[in-house]
Formats: sequence, structure tokens, C-alpha cells
Amino acid sequence: MITLAKSSTEKDLLSHLSAEKTALEIKNLDLYYGDKQALFDVSMKIPKGKVTAFIGPSGCGKSTLLRCINRMNDLVDICRVDGNIALQGTNIYDKSVDVAALRRRVGMVFQRPNPFPKSIYENVVYGLRLQGIKDRRTLDEAAENSLRSAALWNEVKDRLHDNAFGLSGGQQQRLVIARAVAIDPEILLLDEPTSALDPISTLTIEELITELKEKFTVVIVTHNMQQAARVSDQTAFMYMGKLIEYSDTNTLFTTPTQKQTEDYITGRYG
Amino acid sequence: METLNINRHISGQFNSELESVRNQVMQMGGLIEQQLTDALAAMADDNIDLARQVIIKDKEVNQFESNVDQECSQIIAKRQPAASDLRLILTIMKSITELERVGDGVAEIARMVMENHGKDVPSLIGLDNMGQIVLKMLHNSLDAFTRLDLKAAIMIHNEDKKVNRQYESIVRELMTFMMEDPRSIPFILKVLAAARSIERIGDRCQNLCEHIVYLVKGVDVRHATMEEINSFLAE
Repeated sequence: MITLAKSSTEKDLLSHLSAEKTALEIKNLDLYYGDKQALFDVSMKIPKGKVTAFIGPSGCGKSTLLRCINRMNDLVDICRVDGNIALQGTNIYDKSVDVAALRRRVGMVFQRPNPFPKSIYENVVYGLRLQGIKDRRTLDEAAENSLRSAALWNEVKDRLHDNAFGLSGGQQQRLVIARAVAIDPEILLLDEPTSALDPISTLTIEELITELKEKFTVVIVTHNMQQAARVSDQTAFMYMGKLIEYSDTNTLFTTPTQKQTEDYITGRYG
Repeated sequence: METLNINRHISGQFNSELESVRNQVMQMGGLIEQQLTDALAAMADDNIDLARQVIIKDKEVNQFESNVDQECSQIIAKRQPAASDLRLILTIMKSITELERVGDGVAEIARMVMENHGKDVPSLIGLDNMGQIVLKMLHNSLDAFTRLDLKAAIMIHNEDKKVNRQYESIVRELMTFMMEDPRSIPFILKVLAAARSIERIGDRCQNLCEHIVYLVKGVDVRHATMEEINSFLAE
């Protein structure tokens, strides 16, 4: 007897995810920049040890949502957030939460590689030095492990003390990823990590992302739909500040349930 | 998702590429329909010239298959189609394989006509009858594909039962002939092969209809029973 997969009309096929498999739970999140509302009642569960991609047209709120996860939006004066985001059960918007500590647990990599004007080695161990770690052996080990995780070790092991600006764009981006993983975060946020890179560096980073998910939960924002299809385990489609559809990547790219998703991923006018 | 809207992509080039493969499937379907009509007429009238023409024209059918296949693989490589576009391409690639095999079945009928030329073919009326049913099935499935008509697809899918019953009765009839006169066995085996080809065309039409359901609904019904399909579509 064959069971036919029913095409669900549900927008969020991951809402039944169990608590121990959930890295992050966003509940009824509204966000305002001054009077303008940028996110409308977003609720979703992000699974542990997987890659979750946010896709959507420019201005749909995907970067804004990503920035909420490590409270980067706190830096914007006129920004106000309602609702909550639970990281292992605690609301990160709770008053008692130390934002610096939160950002150690939730690392972030940006669109353009932004290494510090220091040596490759100092870039990687920067976060550890901030935490007050001085032991040379610990730092050396962390530097090597992080550079290996970021698939950069073999290319830079002989010039660790050269200036980081001497690296190519793709290498710089991997260096920044190494810097982010050096402090051993639980979640790694990637905001368009390859949009400033050439196709080959892009593929290297994509390969790296799939390796990183063994240790970290990865959330990636990308303009490139095919990239989301290639690297992510689940995909969320956002449009005009709303979460339109969130499901398994394979499902979303073959049989989306919402018309807006279908129109967007097939490159049709909305 | 009931309509494909293939002309609504932001990329006009993508629109025209999809339109082009879709049109070729229609043309290929039209050609095969004509081929089947001719083969059945050749069989009914023992028209050896028409039969020969059908066999020659089968090459055109094969050419269509190669062309469409190539265009589809180029679209996949260049455009990475998703969702309904992806299902359209997959459906087209599978459907043209079915159509090409319908073409082979048609050529088989034509070969029987040529080899049995001048002989009094037994069960001719039954064969023609079954042939007309599958011709209608073919026409309707191509039509359902054009209009993405789910209901029509299911109805055609059901029609195949009739063909199977006809086929069984023809086989029984031919067996009686063979038992009566064993010397006719080589000749009747060819008739049997043609009957089998016609029956298989019915199955191919059924497959086409299953592909249409996949295209429209995104559900694979190839190995489901009729009851399962009906109950799924009723939801």
C-alpha cells in the first residue's frame, strides 16, 4: 500500500519540532524602525545542528530578522522589538541578558569580509584575548582548530603573522568565519556571506557551511536562491516583513504550498 | 498552481525556452496521433503504402524526442528550474519518452500490416475497435496535458480498463484460431504482437495522465491504486 504525500497547506512544517532539537525559538516577533513596522508576527523554530536559510526579495526583513538573533538591532536607536526569541529556553530580549555574553553564543559574519588590521593569527584569537585568555598554548591550539574548521589552515599556516589584508577576498571571509568559530558559539549567523566573492570562493564557503553544521547551528541570509537550495536543510521565505513559508528545503523548492513562494522561487512577478 | 503561467517569469528568455519545449511536445503529440490514425487505417484497409509511410515517419518522432530532451537538459543547466517549472520539465522529459514508445508501438502495427499483406487477418474488427479506443485516449491525454486538466486525466486513466478487457478477448480469439489451424501460428503471432502494441499504447496514455497529476498536484500517483488516487483527489 502506497501512502501519497499530501500537499500540506501549512505554512510552517517545522512547528512540531521537539524542544531538544530546537536551537532557537522565535515567537510572535514584531519589529519597528520608528513608526514603520519591519517584521510582522514572525514565529519559527530553528533546529539544532542544521543550516537554516532565510530568502526573500530586498527589504523583506530577512537581514533584520537575522540581526534580531544576536541583538544587533540594539545598535539602531529607533528600533523597537516585541515578542521573544528563546535561546535554549531563555528569552534573549530579557532585561537580565548580557548582550556581550549573548554575542559570544551567537556569532555573526557579514556580507563584506571585515578582518581587523592585524595579523591572521591575531584576528582569529581576538575574541579569546577579549575573554582574557593569555596562555600561548591555548591560543595556538584555538587558532589552528578554528582555521582548520574554516578550511583555511593549509593556505595560511606558514604566514600566520602576516597582515590579514594580504589575503584574497574569499580567504578573508574564511578568516572572519574562523574568528567567529574561535569563541565556540552555539549559533553562527551568516549575512550574505558570499555576495562579495567570486564563484569559486563562493563554492568553498558553501562547502565550509555544510561542514560547520556538524558543530554549530547555522542561519544564513542569502539573495541567491540557488545557494539556499544548495546549502540549507530548511528554508524560510519572507515577504514584506512576514514569514510566508518555512519548510524543509527539498519541499520548498519542489512543492511550495504558498503561491507567493512559488512565484518568488520560479522568478515570476508576484 | 492549476495554471502554469509560464509566460510570467521575470526572464523573458526563460519564458520562451519553456514555451518552446512545451510546443514541441504538442507537435510531437500531434504527429503521433496522426501516425496512429494512419496505422489503424492501413490495418483496416490492408494498405501497404500507408503502412510503409508510417514506418518511415517514425524517425521524425524519434528526432522530436532527442530535440526536446536536449532543450530540457539545457534549461536545467542554465535556469535551475524550481517548483512548478521543475515539475514541468520533469513531466515533459518523461512524457516524451512515453510518446516515443507510443510511436514504436505504432510502427509495430504498421510492420504487422506489411508482413501480413494479402492475408485475411483474424479479429480485425476487435483490433480496430481497441485501436480506436486508444486513439481517443491518446488524443484526450494530449488535450489534458495542454489544459492541465486533472479531471480529464483521471477519466482517461480509468479508460484503460476497457482496453485491457478488449485485449483479453482478442487473445482468447487468436488462441482459438491457432488451435484450429497450427499452420497459422507464425502469422497469428504477428497479429498478437500488434494487439499487444495497441494495448501497450493504452498503458502509455495512462502513464501520461499520471505525469499530468504530478505536474499539477506535485504528487506521485504512479504506483497508487485507483481508489487511492480518487480518495486523494477528493480531499
